[in-house]
Amino acid sequence: MARVYISSVIDAPAAKVWARIRDFNGLPRWHPRIRDSRIENGEPADRVGCIRDFHLQNGDRIRERLLGLSDYDMFCTYSILESPMPLTDYVATIRLTPVTDGNRTFAEWWAEFDCAPERERDLAQSIGQGVFQAAFNSLKQLVR
Amino acid sequence: MIRVTRSAIIDAPIERVWAVLRDFNSHAAWHPIIAESGIENGEASDQVGCVRSFTLKDGNRLREQLLGLSDEDHLSTYCILEGTLPMRRYVATVQLKRVTDGNRTFWHWQSTFEAPRGREREFAELVGSGVYEAGFEALRAYLRQSRPANTPVPRPATRGGAIRGHAIVIDRHGGADELKWREIQVAPPGPGEVRLRQTAIGVNYIDVYVRSGLYPLLSPPGTPGMEAAGEVLDVGAGVTEIQSGDRVAYACPPVGAYAQYRTMKADQLVVLPDTIDDETAAALMLKGMSAGVLLQRVHRVQRGDAVLVHSAAGGAGSLLCQWAKHLGATVIGTVSSEEKARAARAAGCDHPIVTAAGDFVARVRDITGGRGADVIYDAVGKDTLAGSLEALALKGHLVSYGQSSGVPEPPGLAALSAKSATFSRPVLFHYTADPRDLREIAGNVFDMVARGALKVDVRQRYPLAEAARAHLDLEARRTIGASVLLP
Repeated sequence: MARVYISSVIDAPAAKVWARIRDFNGLPRWHPRIRDSRIENGEPADRVGCIRDFHLQNGDRIRERLLGLSDYDMFCTYSILESPMPLTDYVATIRLTPVTDGNRTFAEWWAEFDCAPERERDLAQSIGQGVFQAAFNSLKQLVR
Repeated sequence: MIRVTRSAIIDAPIERVWAVLRDFNSHAAWHPIIAESGIENGEASDQVGCVRSFTLKDGNRLREQLLGLSDEDHLSTYCILEGTLPMRRYVATVQLKRVTDGNRTFWHWQSTFEAPRGREREFAELVGSGVYEAGFEALRAYLRQSRPANTPVPRPATRGGAIRGHAIVIDRHGGADELKWREIQVAPPGPGEVRLRQTAIGVNYIDVYVRSGLYPLLSPPGTPGMEAAGEVLDVGAGVTEIQSGDRVAYACPPVGAYAQYRTMKADQLVVLPDTIDDETAAALMLKGMSAGVLLQRVHRVQRGDAVLVHSAAGGAGSLLCQWAKHLGATVIGTVSSEEKARAARAAGCDHPIVTAAGDFVARVRDITGGRGADVIYDAVGKDTLAGSLEALALKGHLVSYGQSSGVPEPPGLAALSAKSATFSRPVLFHYTADPRDLREIAGNVFDMVARGALKVDVRQRYPLAEAARAHLDLEARRTIGASVLLP
């Protein structure tokens, strides 16, 4: 089981950051690598169990299921159903915690998945830096 | 029920912040609200269940109990047992999280409690700003003071050229306040050398002797320290058995281990197996290899031998007891208190003898049916050596490997011949000078740890910059188990 953990500090109140992140269909509006997204079967994007079907800028298609969402603890957990990445059993969580000192946000994003041992380092790098950290960098700009 | 939550970002790596906060008695050193504090009953400050009893600067007194501590989750939970403030059912949790973006630390501090009706807001404010927010600011200042400006990046900026880092340097022999935190240049490795990024450094009593000048191993200015673990950054020409990226450890002269980076000879390094973490290696190399050499090379302890270990609860003594027990010996030990007798017994000592110096001969005779001990390991020296000779069996072996009470008179030939006794004064580094011997001796230690037969208890962790505090604690006998410095 491989694990990736990325955390950052975003210079905006947690409620403001959470408003962006809680929309399970909102990736294209804040993640630089996502081109489009839709929720299957016309379900609401905050219905636990719903599936988002989206494309990266390079055309790759990914389907993910919302496994958990909490406005109280400000976290969102989801799994990958379909993707071109050579991995299985991918479950990720993004979670926000207020930093009372300075009214900022501590943002964490982690994932666990299985893959061939020789792919682990590359996948962890591309998910950690290419997906999670890149998204945090973009959020830092957007919510300022 | 009142709930108070405060959180902050501390501009230091999580290891450094946690090294301070995991110590349940450290608040007196960094929090301005605390006048004085102590752990009750001489327990360790990271023992779950221990109680800190402290006085605030305003005169209020409190007793708080450590309910939970996790190095894995960087989590500490505690409650107020009693105090002069009218708060009830106070339970607090401190948790740290790593901010990977910038190698900083997120600190979350939360509590729930009850206060007298009508005064809830007052107490929420007292706890939230007076304790937690003031604590954030105070810890920041404390970390800045213990590591002056230009906090070095943990990764070197350059490869090939010199690396800038920090080390503890003494300009002259003397007290703990001579240990200064200084920027250093660490040269690239020459032929036969490697350059290390050190991750954990062992603290030994020999470091105190080196600092004070009792042992002539360091001509100031210089850096003390005999053992450490770390990662190989780069290797010099002709180094074939060690590669960049290897996890390694060492325990050897020359001194110089109290540093973030170090360039040194490759042939005194041992590659660490996955079963040994860096802190264990840093705490164990010197004392563990000493125990192995004393029990297997200086004297070959056999099943059924009666072995006497002086200072059986000390760092080296406790390892000797564990290992001798594993070899099937009957282990007798001298200790200075009932508490240490319990510690020695837990380490495998069959017969701890609580004694003032020298007063153990009759007990050893009793335990061995009048025969005496087959081998005696004596690092106390002046106070015990004469008694040790008396307590020795016919054809026994008396091994002197230190002198914490002062240098002893060596036994005369007549006294040795009266028992056909053997007397040795071994030095570890002579046994480990040949790299093949070193690897075998270290390998035996790692095997013993992997089998669970040898345990080292790292109880004190200090930021490297605070080496002086580590020395003061060691000299005041405030430590239990091993101490390490974290760069």
